[in-house]
Amino acid sequence: MQDNSDIAWDNDHVRVLTFDLSGETFALEANLVCEILDLLPETAVPGATPLAASVINFRGSVIPVADLRLAFGLAAKGMSLDSRFIVIELDCEGETVFVGLKADKVFEVTTLTRAAAEGPPRIGTRWRQDFIRCIAKRNGDFIVVPNLHRIFATCGQSTGLAGPQH
Amino acid sequence: MSQSDPADVFRVEAQELLDQIEQSLLDLENRPGDADLVAQVFRAMHTLKGSGAMFGFEALAAFAHTCESAFDRVRKGEVRATPELVSAVLGTLDHLRALVQGEEDGTGTALLAAVDAAMTGAGGVGCAKSSSEARWTIRFRLSRDSLVNGTRPLPLLDELRELGICEVTALTDEIPPLDSVNPTECYLGWEINLLTSQPKSAIEEVFLFVSDEAALTIEPHSEKIENEKTEKATTATPAEKATETKSGPSGAIRVPAERLDELMNRVGELVIAQSRLKQISATLSDANLHSVAEEIERLASELRDSMMSVRMVPISQLFGRFRRLVHDLARETGKTIDFETSGETTELDKTVIERLADPLIHLIRNAADHGLETPEVRRASGKNETGRVMLSARQAGAEVIISVSDDGRGIDLSRVRAKAEKNGLITAGATLSDSETLQLIFQPGFSTTEQVTNLSGRGVGMDVVKRTIEGLRGTVDISSKPGQGSEVDLRIPLTLAIIDGLLVRVGQGRFVIPLSSVEECVELTTEQDLRSKGRSFLTLRDQLVPFIRLRELFASRSGPDQYQKIVVVSTGTDRVGLVVDQILGDHQTVIKPLSRFHAGIETFSGATILGDGGVALILDIPHLVAAGQQEEERLRAAI
Repeated sequence: MQDNSDIAWDNDHVRVLTFDLSGETFALEANLVCEILDLLPETAVPGATPLAASVINFRGSVIPVADLRLAFGLAAKGMSLDSRFIVIELDCEGETVFVGLKADKVFEVTTLTRAAAEGPPRIGTRWRQDFIRCIAKRNGDFIVVPNLHRIFATCGQSTGLAGPQH
Repeated sequence: MSQSDPADVFRVEAQELLDQIEQSLLDLENRPGDADLVAQVFRAMHTLKGSGAMFGFEALAAFAHTCESAFDRVRKGEVRATPELVSAVLGTLDHLRALVQGEEDGTGTALLAAVDAAMTGAGGVGCAKSSSEARWTIRFRLSRDSLVNGTRPLPLLDELRELGICEVTALTDEIPPLDSVNPTECYLGWEINLLTSQPKSAIEEVFLFVSDEAALTIEPHSEKIENEKTEKATTATPAEKATETKSGPSGAIRVPAERLDELMNRVGELVIAQSRLKQISATLSDANLHSVAEEIERLASELRDSMMSVRMVPISQLFGRFRRLVHDLARETGKTIDFETSGETTELDKTVIERLADPLIHLIRNAADHGLETPEVRRASGKNETGRVMLSARQAGAEVIISVSDDGRGIDLSRVRAKAEKNGLITAGATLSDSETLQLIFQPGFSTTEQVTNLSGRGVGMDVVKRTIEGLRGTVDISSKPGQGSEVDLRIPLTLAIIDGLLVRVGQGRFVIPLSSVEECVELTTEQDLRSKGRSFLTLRDQLVPFIRLRELFASRSGPDQYQKIVVVSTGTDRVGLVVDQILGDHQTVIKPLSRFHAGIETFSGATILGDGGVALILDIPHLVAAGQQEEERLRAAI
């Protein structure tokens, strides 16, 4: 896994896709994004880690769906008309993995500048610092750029089935 | 295919021929008098020599020629196929393999001398480069109108090849410019460099019927011609190459494996599209659409079956290789080993077979090297001096079980334990059951042999075996009885790509149960449902079958259906009932792997895409049955 904690700045700029998760604005490098899908039926995978608890059919392949809200302790929200799956391509230990990320709303592709970006704040957040690559200020608001590799590093293992309940 | 290098085609063919020769020779060791086997070896060597020369593998051809001559004489009864001779020829096979790959390992002369010596010992005179053998240079040119008269040059060349090693060069100097070519006339001449033990008269005999219309010279070979020849040695005419490459087994063609994979993917897509069509036709009550949908369903399923059968090859392909391995192992260890195989006709997907080779080599080595005792030890413990290593394959449901067993000393659990403690795999004094101790063998870096032998004991083995088998979605079981031997069972799923499945619904989720493991479906009666609060068994024809409620296992939130069904599944030995809400019907299931995020979940072997575009998970029956058994034990203990 390449260390993606550094953002590939191009002349101190980077193109990102911004989206909303429970009221917070997140951003991903635009070159990671394959496709934005409208709502699809999800299939729950019993026993899977809650972060990636279901799968969807993406162009004939079965890909996992991840809910970043769980990594950041945000309140889960039901699906709405604005909900989308952002399909991204991740490089995991030399293997290309497609993952669908849930988003409450997809905003736009925009440019972040290096000058406006800061490392994760040391205080003032409940979020795990290593899950954040940087926080960018824009129009008086904050945009969170998550560290997907770090977040998904825990996804390989099963949490075990619910087990028979008697 | 047409653009591939002809030499590669030859290499594949040569590899097969060498394997065939090896098998025949090994059989010959056991049945020295078998004339059929001798003839098989002879024919295969002959073909190898012929095609070798054709594709420019001169050294190979010459070498094969010597072995062929040896077997020709065995065939004619001049010498006997003594174990020494068989052994000597076996010894040359690796050299031949190296030659096929274009490598010269420099052992050729010594090996030939060994064959020669064995021949002499077997009651004949050595044949390698014997004085009676001579090189001839033959030039012949047919008259222009000979084709019109019905003379065919190719059979003549074939006849010459029968005489010995033959190198044919076409003489193209008389071919006129294209616009003045008369297609019925023969412009070609041939120069043949022949190494044979036959007299000149035999060569002349070949041309007996064409001597009137051909210009023919036969003269002893000189070095000068040799030099000229090497310059144009590769210029056999395309027509000749074509005839020669056709000489494989009739009706069989070689296809690169990637093309089959590609075709398999297309069939997979077709099957998915077909199930969508089926679903649409079910909702629209149009009789025409319905009949087309059924027709397509039938075609898709037939296409799928033939596609699968194309990829299936008998496991004998793999087993054959191991006989040589055991032969060599016996020699190196000084043990006498009886190698038995059974179930060679069991078929498996070709890619699976290839990936099984290395694990099996390792297991057989372990059995012969670690498992079997030396003859002295065996005699002392009252066993037959000859150790046995058995390799068997059989199909059980949707799996093939391959087992490697030996009648040796078995696995010494205390040694395994001591070793594991030494290597820090377990803490000293930890309590482990016997089967847990056996599992330690699969830990990386584990090896019980004190000295590293040439054969095994480098500690890179069993963990690799386990990983490879798990990569094929299979499992490894090991069992051992002290003093009586040990057995390793590999269970491999039969297919990798498409299976027939039974689609069921549990709560909101849909799941596929591989149809091959389904035995029957019964209803869960209210009475059983209530009674099973205490014990999850149902009685099926006087047998207790434990059942698992998938709703509980999968923690479904919605309420159960009023009439739940039980699907009884089996792994060949054990049966378990799976309680589901609804049985939706059969489904041609294209297996899609689950991503690494879900790879750790053993209950599912993959996923599939349904007709409506949704995803259903495929149940891994062996793991579910294992879960069912644990449940049963837990319940029994609770009573």
